Amino acid sequence: METTALVSSGLDLQASFVDALQGLGLSPGAARLLWLPLPMVTVLVAAVVGVLVNVWLERKISAAVQQRIGPEYAGPLGVLQPMADGLKLVFKEDIIPARADGLLFTLGPVLVLVPVILSWLVVPFGQNLLISNVGVGIFLWISLSSIQPIGLLMSGYSSNNKYSLLGGLRAAAQSISYEIPLALAVLAIVMMSNSLSTVDIVNQQNGAGILSWNIWRQPVGFVIFWICALAECERLPFDLPEAEEELVAGYQTEYSGMKFALFYLGSYINLVLSALLVSVLYLGGWGFPVPVEWLAGWLGQSVDAPVVQVITATTGIVMTVLKAYLLVFFAILLRWTVPRVRIDQLLDLGWKFLLPIALVNLLVTAALKLAFPMAFGG
Amino acid sequence: MTLASTIQQLCFLVLAAVVVVGALGVVLLPNIVYSAFLLGGVFLGVAGLYLLLNASFVAAAQILVYVGAVNVLILFAIMLVNKKETLAVIPGLLLRRLLSGGVCAGLFVLLLRVAFTTHWALPGPLPVGEEATIRIGEHLFSDYLLPFELASVLLLMAMIGAIVLARRDVYSSDVITGEPVDQGLIEKTRTPLLLDPSANAGGQPLLETTP
Repeated sequence: METTALVSSGLDLQASFVDALQGLGLSPGAARLLWLPLPMVTVLVAAVVGVLVNVWLERKISAAVQQRIGPEYAGPLGVLQPMADGLKLVFKEDIIPARADGLLFTLGPVLVLVPVILSWLVVPFGQNLLISNVGVGIFLWISLSSIQPIGLLMSGYSSNNKYSLLGGLRAAAQSISYEIPLALAVLAIVMMSNSLSTVDIVNQQNGAGILSWNIWRQPVGFVIFWICALAECERLPFDLPEAEEELVAGYQTEYSGMKFALFYLGSYINLVLSALLVSVLYLGGWGFPVPVEWLAGWLGQSVDAPVVQVITATTGIVMTVLKAYLLVFFAILLRWTVPRVRIDQLLDLGWKFLLPIALVNLLVTAALKLAFPMAFGG
Repeated sequence: MTLASTIQQLCFLVLAAVVVVGALGVVLLPNIVYSAFLLGGVFLGVAGLYLLLNASFVAAAQILVYVGAVNVLILFAIMLVNKKETLAVIPGLLLRRLLSGGVCAGLFVLLLRVAFTTHWALPGPLPVGEEATIRIGEHLFSDYLLPFELASVLLLMAMIGAIVLARRDVYSSDVITGEPVDQGLIEKTRTPLLLDPSANAGGQPLLETTP
């Protein structure tokens, strides 16, 4: 977290924590060692709670779209329903089919889930509110998400079921195809921010509040990124790998119990992660529509005052999560409005439409950056 | 030895073991699917070694290119393009194995000698850390421009070749042998669970009649 940015560093929990422990007589190294697991555990818990919220939202919004009520009896408004779902999956029998390849069958879901969770490393909730401000930030996420198809292929192959195998192959093909336009859309953003780090990308957008968000400068990139992110998450217009009518449940067909839960968890964590990254890349991340610095100035408060810092950090977290869940809401609505595409249409869309447009977007961004260095990152 | 350097040593040993054992597995395992998955593990181990050397951009690129693209394509090729052919016994297999083993052992001895005689502790340039991404970009567009562009030409050639090979409406038969191409998915052999496998001596599957 060695941020040497010119902007105010904001709330730095790590420094405060280490200072406090040093006050108690610990060496700096030991204090840092005690700090290390804290953000990781916090983010892991946040990710899992995010999934529970997500499942509840999916059930309730889907119900509302179809004019049903949805879960109602488990807790007020059915908020405990996701817990019940989770418990059911935990207590189910874990079956490995007799002719399946036990080792690969177990390893597959793990390989799908781990990269997704690792990617939370780079998601910032504030200037210093992230696990690690890695220099290669967003690139790390792209490369980690490319490990997932291997897990999908693995579980598809080891299930010893032709639907599973086809589902795994489809999932991998889809993932590879949409990774390229996704990376090109990210590249345009990186070009404008002159940095791969997610913190720098957000800072570059927060000069003038909502007006300086990247979505105004990169509308095409935003649409490309969102489509590709949905395809990477296998959300409904693109859920071909598990298309029920064609493939039973794709690579998940033979899975039950906790191993199925890993896939389930992975797909929802991935959805929340993608939504968070869209908000980081295009919607100003933790930025309030009006910069908090301006608000503090109007109220005659110093930005570095402890109370203001706490309020800034809280607003940052709330804004990031709010933007992300707004996008999740749109993803759930899309699920019930857009029909599933066919596999050839899916690949056509990826290779013949999104890829050229993403390339043109990148070139136009480069040209605009040369022509108007003030507005496009110089 | 401080805690940090101990952990670094430990990480290096674990990663090196993963790479070496994984690479041996890739070569020696009879099941080609296992070999391909292990290859992914080897690539990940190499990426970990880069990370240990503070080259985070190279590590991420290694994962993206080798694990995400190369290894997935290898798996694709194994699972999709599977010609069902009976493996004929190669004459003199033992002699071939001994010969290739000898060549490999010789190469290994040579590499070991180089590794032990070279003076490695050279004073290199200062580590640049996060600046490395910018430095790599500068090099790719100045003194390494020609190799960079040549690599892209190579990739273009490979892509054209792949498209020519993949166009089945043109080549519905094998280019080399002239036999019709049989495109079947790779599947594990299916023997019914509750039947005695020894009864299946005729070589015919008992329940599955469709190919």
